[in-house]
Amino acid sequence: MSDKSNWKIWEVFVRSKNGLSHKHAGSLHAPDAEMALKNARDVYTRRSEGVSIWVVESEAITASSPDEKEPLFTPSDDKVYRHPTFYEIPDEVGHM
Amino acid sequence: MGETHSLEERFQAYVDAENKIEPKDWMPEKYRKTLIRQISQHAHSEVVGMLPEANWITRAPSLRSKLILLAKVQDEAGHGLYLYSAAETLGADRQDLVEDLLSGKAKYSSIFNYPTISWADMGAVGWLVDGAAIANQVMLCRTSYGPYSRAMVRICKEESFHQRQGYETMMKLASGTPEQKAMAQDALNRWWWPSIMMFGPRDEDSPNSAQSMKWKIKRKSNDELRQEFIDKTVPQAEFIGLTIPDPDLKWNEETGHYDFGEINWDEFYQVIKGNGPCNKQRLDARNKAHDEGAWVREAANAYAEKEAKRRKEGTAA
Repeated sequence: MSDKSNWKIWEVFVRSKNGLSHKHAGSLHAPDAEMALKNARDVYTRRSEGVSIWVVESEAITASSPDEKEPLFTPSDDKVYRHPTFYEIPDEVGHM
Repeated sequence: MGETHSLEERFQAYVDAENKIEPKDWMPEKYRKTLIRQISQHAHSEVVGMLPEANWITRAPSLRSKLILLAKVQDEAGHGLYLYSAAETLGADRQDLVEDLLSGKAKYSSIFNYPTISWADMGAVGWLVDGAAIANQVMLCRTSYGPYSRAMVRICKEESFHQRQGYETMMKLASGTPEQKAMAQDALNRWWWPSIMMFGPRDEDSPNSAQSMKWKIKRKSNDELRQEFIDKTVPQAEFIGLTIPDPDLKWNEETGHYDFGEINWDEFYQVIKGNGPCNKQRLDARNKAHDEGAWVREAANAYAEKEAKRRKEGTAA
């Protein structure tokens, strides 16, 4: 029973305080979700960095590929009209 | 061939523009290998670094200092874990890395092959060894590889407590009885030279540095970092009335830096080769801890399997 075959990699997300989203903190190894949570507490929140932890098996994450960066993200580059600064509103109108 | 060339050129241009490389981005194989080697050595150093300090946990002179030392050693374990994780994002296997450490194949920082023979060594290690490590790690916060850089940011935040507690210990001893002050001076005498060797060989003897600088894995050369550390540390020693054990050390008005004496490079290479005072002891202790922890890993596996089975049966019922 080697730990190589059994201990999966988990990604750890920590919410630093209520009102903020969970943010990726790093990863770790654990045999199951419950122990991954316990390990995450010791590894990533030794200094009150969080009020809530998520652990997700790394394998369960589907990521976009860097090769798709262009087709995925460049189409929005030429849609400047999606930004408020595209529109000229006279100063007299005030903050809008 | 032409294709590879242009990929590498694009990679270099990307790095030159101060962009971070992330795990799934294309990178030259040598960049990947260099990083895996450097990050895993760094991780091993954190792990082995627990040993000289663990030596003093049961003998700390007060509950306060014991709690601090425990927290520090726990941090080192955490730092090792952050770094192993960063190495894994490059495709390295954790188990292989650990095995390379245990078999003696992998290197770790030579500084941990020196013994910690008095309580003052806990002060000197925090002040000088962690201080030197911080100089290097602050630079690495800006390294070009994203996961390594993020691990370094986290480590630097935590490491600053290590150096401050070490200096505080030295400060207390240096202002104590003559015997206590002598203890502090003795620790400084023994740790000074190994600490400034931590930055590695002189630039002209460090063949891989240029490529690492070009890829922005490193941002400053060994000699630059060493000089920075010395310039910062000398006044700290003076402040607590201790003397740096280097007769050639003196302020150079012209350069704005301290000149210092010749480092014993023969000693440096001897310790790297495995002939330091504690190389064998450290590896033996690491192997013993790993072997004696086997039952914990097995129990965790057994527990996970049992829980999974229980959940399955629960759903079926």
